[in-house]
Amino acid sequence: MATVRLSFSPAPVHVRTARLVGVAVARRAGVAEELLDEVRLAIGEACTRAVALHNQYGLAELVTVEMSDSDAYTVRVVDHAPIEASIGLAKLPPDELAAETLTDEDLTTGVGFALLAGFVDDLQVRPVEDGAGTEVRMVWPVQRR
Amino acid sequence: MELSLATRTVDEHTVLEVGGEVDVYTAPRLRERLVELVDSGARNVVVDLGGVEFLDSTGLGVLVGAMKRLRVANGKFGLVCSKEALLKIFRITALDQVFPIYPTIEAATQDSDGSGSNS
Repeated sequence: MATVRLSFSPAPVHVRTARLVGVAVARRAGVAEELLDEVRLAIGEACTRAVALHNQYGLAELVTVEMSDSDAYTVRVVDHAPIEASIGLAKLPPDELAAETLTDEDLTTGVGFALLAGFVDDLQVRPVEDGAGTEVRMVWPVQRR
Repeated sequence: MELSLATRTVDEHTVLEVGGEVDVYTAPRLRERLVELVDSGARNVVVDLGGVEFLDSTGLGVLVGAMKRLRVANGKFGLVCSKEALLKIFRITALDQVFPIYPTIEAATQDSDGSGSNS
């Protein structure tokens, strides 16, 4: 079992680094080449969500991304925002997406969740075991070489 | 690859060519340019995503914001996109039902009713 753990301060500029590392580890773990774009997008969305929550709640703590390839390729993105921040995650219907009443933040959150749910077959959003925060857990199959 | 932005005029349409990665870090620059275009009087805006290698929810939010801004100003907004990876993103988020999406700039600038090729 190989595990790579990356922690970064909640700044948008670091999300790209997390994507690059996440895809590099996925490739090495044996995730199919045709899934790598989806891995890249999903890790980016999960990290973007975590960074947005930390900024929203004024949290300077690090966002953590943990990648493991024991049986499948598992990525955990952990934030430290209050759990209620994760309540209400839902895909928005088309007629609401362009509604004037929808804020940019809510639109981005809804679209981000739609992308996560659409691209990751095995997706869980759950509270962390210790303290405040949520964990976005994503799993992709690997091809053993 | 860093975000690249270039503007040109085609048949009375303002075409914004976007290249590179549009994400939570670079999307503010795209938003800024689109706001500048609308504020400077552009009313038929086409965003060409042909050079885009990565697009996330923040970038999609910026595009929706530009479309709303133009709608208020009685303008038109369209996207040019033929990459399957990006089109899948629009389908998954249902934004293919919100944006007029065209396969080429010619199709975007010649569509008089702004309905897009996806409708």
